[in-house]
Amino acid sequence: MSENTIVSLPDQSTARIPRDNYITRENGLLSWLLTSDHKRIAILYLISITFFFFIGGALAGLIRLELLTPQTDLMATDTYNKVFTMHGVIMVFFFLVPSVPATLGNFFIPMMIGAKDLALPKINLLSWYLYMAGGLLALYTMAIGGVDTGWTFTTPLSTHYVNTNVLTTGLAVFIAGFSSILTGLNFIVTIHKMRAPGMTWFRLPLFIWAHYAASILMVLATPVVAIAILLVALERTLGIGVFDPTKGGDPLLFQHLFWFYSHPAVYIMILPGMGVISEVISTFSRKRIFGYTAVAFSSVAIAVFGFFVWAHHMFIMGISNYAVLVFSLLTMLVAVPSAIKIFNWTFTLYKGSITFETPLLYAFGFMGLFTIGGMTGVFLGSSGTDIHLTETYFIVAHFHFVMVGGMLMAFLSGIHFWWPKMTGRMYPEKISQLAAVVTFIGFNLTFFPQFILGMLGMPRRYASYPPEFQVLNVFSTAGATILGVGYLLPVLYLIWSLRYGEIAGNNPWQATGLEWQTQSPPLTENFAVMPVMDHEAYDYDWLEKQQKKEAHRAG
Amino acid sequence: MNHISPVIWQFLVKWLTNFALLPPEASKIAPQMDALLFFMVLVSLIGLTIVVLLVTSFSILYRKKRHPVAVQVEGSTLLEATWTIIPLGLFLVMFVWGALIYFRVFTPPANAMNIYVVGKQWMWKVEHPGGQHEINALHVPTGRAVQLTLISQDVFHSFSIPAFRVKREAIPGRYTTVWFEATTPGTYHLFCTQYCGTNHSQMIGDVVVMTPEDYRKWLTSSSSGASLAQNGERLFASLSCAACHNARPDARGPSLANVYGARLALSSGGTVIADDAYLREAILNPSQHVTQGYAPIMPTYQGQISEEGVIALIEYIKNLNSDYRIEQTLNTTDLPPGSEGTTPATKTPAAKGPVSKGKVKP
Repeated sequence: MSENTIVSLPDQSTARIPRDNYITRENGLLSWLLTSDHKRIAILYLISITFFFFIGGALAGLIRLELLTPQTDLMATDTYNKVFTMHGVIMVFFFLVPSVPATLGNFFIPMMIGAKDLALPKINLLSWYLYMAGGLLALYTMAIGGVDTGWTFTTPLSTHYVNTNVLTTGLAVFIAGFSSILTGLNFIVTIHKMRAPGMTWFRLPLFIWAHYAASILMVLATPVVAIAILLVALERTLGIGVFDPTKGGDPLLFQHLFWFYSHPAVYIMILPGMGVISEVISTFSRKRIFGYTAVAFSSVAIAVFGFFVWAHHMFIMGISNYAVLVFSLLTMLVAVPSAIKIFNWTFTLYKGSITFETPLLYAFGFMGLFTIGGMTGVFLGSSGTDIHLTETYFIVAHFHFVMVGGMLMAFLSGIHFWWPKMTGRMYPEKISQLAAVVTFIGFNLTFFPQFILGMLGMPRRYASYPPEFQVLNVFSTAGATILGVGYLLPVLYLIWSLRYGEIAGNNPWQATGLEWQTQSPPLTENFAVMPVMDHEAYDYDWLEKQQKKEAHRAG
Repeated sequence: MNHISPVIWQFLVKWLTNFALLPPEASKIAPQMDALLFFMVLVSLIGLTIVVLLVTSFSILYRKKRHPVAVQVEGSTLLEATWTIIPLGLFLVMFVWGALIYFRVFTPPANAMNIYVVGKQWMWKVEHPGGQHEINALHVPTGRAVQLTLISQDVFHSFSIPAFRVKREAIPGRYTTVWFEATTPGTYHLFCTQYCGTNHSQMIGDVVVMTPEDYRKWLTSSSSGASLAQNGERLFASLSCAACHNARPDARGPSLANVYGARLALSSGGTVIADDAYLREAILNPSQHVTQGYAPIMPTYQGQISEEGVIALIEYIKNLNSDYRIEQTLNTTDLPPGSEGTTPATKTPAAKGPVSKGKVKP
């Protein structure tokens, strides 16, 4: 074993990908489209969310190009409004919400708890079909003219004042919502009922805790956005008047309903990413996560508090000053578990034995960017400063630091970390380290200037802006091109690695999770023998003993 | 400087020379808000530095080459309590400090001068009590508390003045208020910050802060001849409100003199303070708000009066402090339509006092 890496690969001259695995077991397109194997469904999701990510990314590119100059010159304001709306809709509902849970969660939750599959395999496939139906409907909407309400569908703009495709977009989100509910339900049932013998709650990897917390949010919060969208549709078609002040309705009610989902949705997006970071930091520092219980419970705390902060999106909208006090206080409380996580991850490195493979570089990127994203969230959670900063580029920068700097970094970290397990082959290390660094630099250059733009007061969703904001916008657009390269690189070399990557073997990272104690790529039933969990999570001594035992047996 | 691109030139001159992270401070609240913002930036920088320093030093000290075997540490209650309690304490400080500012921004002083703002796709219409109208502009004096009463005619808009650090949503069907006291004369940005459709990014304008003398001059030069209350009076007459609200003993509607700010008993039971919001509701949706002792016979004016019209009526009712004023209005009802051009103010000079008293002159 080299001094600078923990990677230990089998002898490449003799190593082979196991002949029987979940990829080779059955052949043909139908065997994929009708599969009930959680791993194959995860791959279906991975391909589809990557597709949607690049569509959303292309739209982001158009936004940044338009904002290169203060005037509206690349596109008309209506087009610009449609572009940022579709960017938001696609990225939030068709990339971020399903990203880690539907791919890595789907693939690894059963494997980590020592199960053969999710509890409800057919429901799992159904949720992919619902996701695709919603996604394709969203694309269809874009093709027939798009929608320009913003991804927040704010009433009465969406009900009375636009004549674009609000109903079809709403329907797309509505359908995709059921996909999310079913995925969450499946995870909850699986984690409760399918754990291997000996896999107690406090032996679960933190990835599972994070997904459990996120699943609760998916199941409880998503129906509310479905109701909100349904009411928008009824108001638009039948004019029932729930949100219409002239009929005695309340236009603010929509925002309460919408944010009751959409704030927890932020945690649906970030919690699974936090789960990834826990696995990666532990593996590359060879240590059990510092304060396992604190990290596990902080996920649950985020999920619980996450339900009671929604009105912080409405501080300046004329809700009662005392409601503002309560929601501002709760928002401060929800920030604490995130701070706990950051420090616990940091101290996991303490006295570790650290190597710097790509997943850890992305995880470091996550920690830095999420710290900034989290702290700036406090700027917005404090009711006074929110008045100045809300509805400006500050908020745009804040949630991109959390969602893109946080979630996307975590997603890429996880994809690199588990790539050898999913495909049986390693990704190329040097170029992927480069991609991680390029992404980090490009990200900061794109989004950091937006904090300053927001402090200076530049409003969001503007197709044109006063000329004094141009320089910072030019920086941001320049950064976006670098970021684009950072995201394209992994697609290229990961596809390359499917054929030319080194054979990974069962456990290239010497990781402790049950998913690593079986062949790569795994069998359709995951394990040849049902695993028994006879040790704590992240027990590197156990792993060492196990490896010695095997070497002894082989010898 | 032709060889430097104008964009970079602007950057060097305008931004680097006065390293701007925040817009100019042009209101009384702005320095207070900025103090909290600087505190937050400072705490964030310290927090970020701690995380980056720890990660970097652990990465150097405990890299595999230097530290080949990890030492397992389960956790530390003391350390974990530290990084729970210190952030919590800091966040609570920011919560309290922020709430103090929030309450200050949204609690106008009693002597504030009120200006109405109506948002509509895609412009801001400003109605001064003296009858001055503005579109996408707002003129205010320094050294005087100004309250804005906002409403939207269609979708959500948001009235944002970054240099004042204030922003308030203009909501359809509901008045919201915000106040500020401008300190530095100048012209500042006015933005709509709530996405409101096609020309959202063109719903911008200028806030002009003037010294009290300049402001007085501006008021006289932009006067439209009639105060907002006088416009309301004319509307009151033309909608025949005085047919019932005429303060006569046999009137079918309650007298509106001194009604503003009064506590009214409703026929549905309970009482209500007659503020702007209540008056607006009572005009547009009268059957829900019947004063005790009167029959629910008032028709709705929903869809018949614009938001500006409602504002003018409210301003009229606000200034209505004697039954005599109503009688004066009653007389104007009988005026032939041809005399519309001459304002009631010139017809009834005796009435001018109570209507515009203390409104035009700051």
